[in-house]
Amino acid sequence: MPTDYQRSMRGMGGDLNQRRRTSLWERMHLDPWLLLLLLIVLGCGLIVLYSASGQDIDFTLRQASRQALALGVMIGLAQLSPGTLYRWAPVVYGGGFLMLVAVEVLGDVGMGAQRWLVIPGVVRFQPSELMKLAMPMMVACWLGQRPLPPRWRDLAVCAVIIVAPVLLIARQPDLGTSLLVASAGVFVILLAGLSWKLIAFFGALLASAMPLLWMVMHDYQRRRVLTFLNPESDPLGSGWNIIQSKTAIGSGGIFGKGYTLGTQSQLEFLPERHTDFIVAVIGEELGLIGMSFFLALYVLIVLRGLVMANNGQDSFARLTGGAIILTFFVYVFVNIGMVSGILPVVGVPLPLVSYGGTSSVTLLAGFGILMSIHTHRRLLSR
Amino acid sequence: MRQRRATIKNPQQEVRIFRLRSIVAASLVLVLACCLLARLFFLQVVEHDIYTTRSDKNRVRVEPLPPTRGLIYDRNGRLLAENRPNYNLTIVRERAVDLETTLERLVEILDLPPDEIEDFKERSRQRQRPYQPALLMSELSQEQIARLAVNRYRLPGVEVEAQLLRYYPDAKPLSHTLGYVGRINQAELKTLDKGNYSGTHFIGKTGIERFYEEQLHGQAGLRKVETNARGRVLRELSRTDPVPGKDLTLTVDRGLQDLAYRLLKGRRGAIVAIEPKTGEILAMASVPGFNSNEFVTGISVKSYRALRTDLDLPLFNRAIRGQYPPASTVKPFMSLAGLENGAITTSTTFFDPGYFQLPNDSHKYRNWLRWGHGRVNMRRGIAVSNDTYFYNVAYRLGIDRISEYMHKFGFGEQTALDVQGALPGLMPSKEWKRNRYNKPWYPGETISIGIGQGYWLATPLQLAAAEATLANRGKQVQPHLAKRIGDDAVLLPESDQKPPIVLDNPAWWDDVISALEDVVSGREGTARKYVGPGLKYRMAGKSGTAQVFTLGQDQKYNGKELAERLRDHALFAAFAPVEDPEIAVSVVIENGQGGSSVAGPMARAVTDYWLLPRIEPAARDTALALVEALKPPPEPLDSEGEQGESNAD
Repeated sequence: MPTDYQRSMRGMGGDLNQRRRTSLWERMHLDPWLLLLLLIVLGCGLIVLYSASGQDIDFTLRQASRQALALGVMIGLAQLSPGTLYRWAPVVYGGGFLMLVAVEVLGDVGMGAQRWLVIPGVVRFQPSELMKLAMPMMVACWLGQRPLPPRWRDLAVCAVIIVAPVLLIARQPDLGTSLLVASAGVFVILLAGLSWKLIAFFGALLASAMPLLWMVMHDYQRRRVLTFLNPESDPLGSGWNIIQSKTAIGSGGIFGKGYTLGTQSQLEFLPERHTDFIVAVIGEELGLIGMSFFLALYVLIVLRGLVMANNGQDSFARLTGGAIILTFFVYVFVNIGMVSGILPVVGVPLPLVSYGGTSSVTLLAGFGILMSIHTHRRLLSR
Repeated sequence: MRQRRATIKNPQQEVRIFRLRSIVAASLVLVLACCLLARLFFLQVVEHDIYTTRSDKNRVRVEPLPPTRGLIYDRNGRLLAENRPNYNLTIVRERAVDLETTLERLVEILDLPPDEIEDFKERSRQRQRPYQPALLMSELSQEQIARLAVNRYRLPGVEVEAQLLRYYPDAKPLSHTLGYVGRINQAELKTLDKGNYSGTHFIGKTGIERFYEEQLHGQAGLRKVETNARGRVLRELSRTDPVPGKDLTLTVDRGLQDLAYRLLKGRRGAIVAIEPKTGEILAMASVPGFNSNEFVTGISVKSYRALRTDLDLPLFNRAIRGQYPPASTVKPFMSLAGLENGAITTSTTFFDPGYFQLPNDSHKYRNWLRWGHGRVNMRRGIAVSNDTYFYNVAYRLGIDRISEYMHKFGFGEQTALDVQGALPGLMPSKEWKRNRYNKPWYPGETISIGIGQGYWLATPLQLAAAEATLANRGKQVQPHLAKRIGDDAVLLPESDQKPPIVLDNPAWWDDVISALEDVVSGREGTARKYVGPGLKYRMAGKSGTAQVFTLGQDQKYNGKELAERLRDHALFAAFAPVEDPEIAVSVVIENGQGGSSVAGPMARAVTDYWLLPRIEPAARDTALALVEALKPPPEPLDSEGEQGESNAD
């Protein structure tokens, strides 16, 4: 294992000059801009959630406390140096992979998919969530020590690192998560400088593999795709969700129907309105203006994240940070895309807004890593 | 890239690559974000109207508010049809967690007989709009409601619904005239005004209920409500109240109607009574009747089959659809036709040897009295109901002149104004026969027409209407059933009124009418023994006995030997008082045999009931006593009188 990080860790206590030059934020290992943007999204998200839950204050507070916990996780992770993350990456990845195998063997079936690992009385846990972070770290960890752009041999290893857990997750079946996990891994390779020709080649390969994908898909997944292509074919069945969410968004217009006044959401025509389809609530009640506001926030977060990733002290840090932030954007794009009817319905929540603890913890943990990468850069002696 | 590929790490180059890729990624992010924004713009601005409509359609439901059906009263304000609260059992399939189990529980709780269970389940399967309650059972008893209430927690989606249901307090006597309402069927659904009937479950199927459906039904109201996705009504957005149906007052007198029904009870036949001055139908009874209440909630297959297969045809409205040969009741009209066309004068006589023969034809058209009445003039011809006299009149007139004249009296015409499904009867003519059978008219057929036989058919209603015209001395009125709709009197449009029949010599009216008076009270009158005794007013009438079974030449009719259903129909048409007629009545009794002896007293009972209280108020009892006396149908008939009167072939 390389020792660059260890050296830098050792030097951390000694170099007082450098420390004096760092701001309070840097000493807390937090990025104020990103934190501000995140807090705005989280706050606005809670406001939307209050409306989406049918003005259920307890429900909203419960989510608020989860978000607070997730913020704690973020701050905690930000304190770890990239070196620590680098050393732990293979361990976390390996552990996550083993747990995915365990889920495959003895997982708990919830909502028709086998996703949960349950230690009775202690915790219900989705190993696939862990994979969302472990994947980019592991791929970056592998490529980080190699000369870049990556060579064929490295790419082959990366392919194995990516494909093995993704297949396990896809088998659960959880198409949305496997997509996110795979994209996290792929982003690392792309950011590492995979040649454009090869990107084109793999893109073509992927496109030609689509029919194959169709063959291994579950019935309900195929149905979703078909429904996406023609939602009116089954307006009361699987097309219902998409018709109702489009109706909600479209009827919102420019200014929206007003906060808590959305008829589609408040009268329960909109399914899963506080989870995956919460965007429709925003679109209906706050209109195009509210949607643009959220979209702008997300884009700013992504741009800020990319800037922060560029400040990473080495390839591992940069690649991990870049992949995490781009995956975050995939979340946003896939969620809004599916709710507004330009992508098929896959179970991807709107990051930081949709109800649910696990996804927030994972996402904010990712931002914690990003902050760690960003704030530990100047401690590098090299 | 291959040439640039390093074997050792080059941090500067890696930073450069990463920065470049980041910029590409950032641009891509911006492009994709713009795609999303474009999509949102498309949905929220370009297609905004489409989705607003769709969203409103989701949440706003228009619920019809059905109007209350108008009530029906008789001419004295007695209730004939009302609306009663009724409790229905309904189920919302979407709310029933497990439909099969719920149905099984219901069957158990309500203790349904096995043959109704399938019916019950069948009804639960009928597809309707989501969240619309499906009707499982109507007319729940108080006990059933209580049992359901106790078990309610076990029956998700099941509800007891209150509803107004049509009820006919005294159904049978008026069953045909009033008709009934029933559930709207598929065929009716296609022709109905969907808006106005969207909340209505029942529609008039026959009789008055059908004819005045529009007025009785009223105008549906509606309310717009906001519902949630589960169909629950959250609030009312707007409301238009329904306009209740108008109450209908009929011209029918319920007392007289009951009397007519009781007179006929145990037989098959019809009685129609009309007020000649106005054309108001005072009574219109067809027997046997049926319980129209059974049809309101849906008659069981078994009961319906029983009604349909009953030989006595209880569903058949004889008063307006029963077409019978009018027989000798047409003789006064034939006389008028003869007088008016110059075929006879009041003093023309014919000799009756007991039969009539056409020139160069050996066939004998027989008088009902085998040995004949000797020399007969018009007045006597009517009084003794001489057949030979009218064979001669018919022979002199010829079929087309008869046909044309009888149409004036409404024979072969649709006479009634607001009677649903009335048939026009049949007044034959040469042209009719050519069209119908593609055959020429034979002279012999004219002879039968002379005594109201042959092809000639009339309904009891037509007979009563013709009698009313006679009573009016030519003034035509149109029989009708509705007296008032709401508070407005039903007025006949002038254009609908038929012109009066004007005779060259108005005295002929009284000549014919006094002959009719002779029938009832004259020395030789055929009905003097049956109708005449104790008469307290002047009554004009004519009997008729219509042949059902054709006898061979020279055979003698013997009522006792013939099977009951082959016996002659008994008819009597009358009006009273002669000087100022207040009631015209026709009685037709299928296979009743004696026009004078059987139908006559019934006509008398009707006129007595109607007129006696006006002459001496306490006399209604006398009329009712007469009904009691008539009650058991006298089986072995006194075959004296005018048996075989209509032996025409």
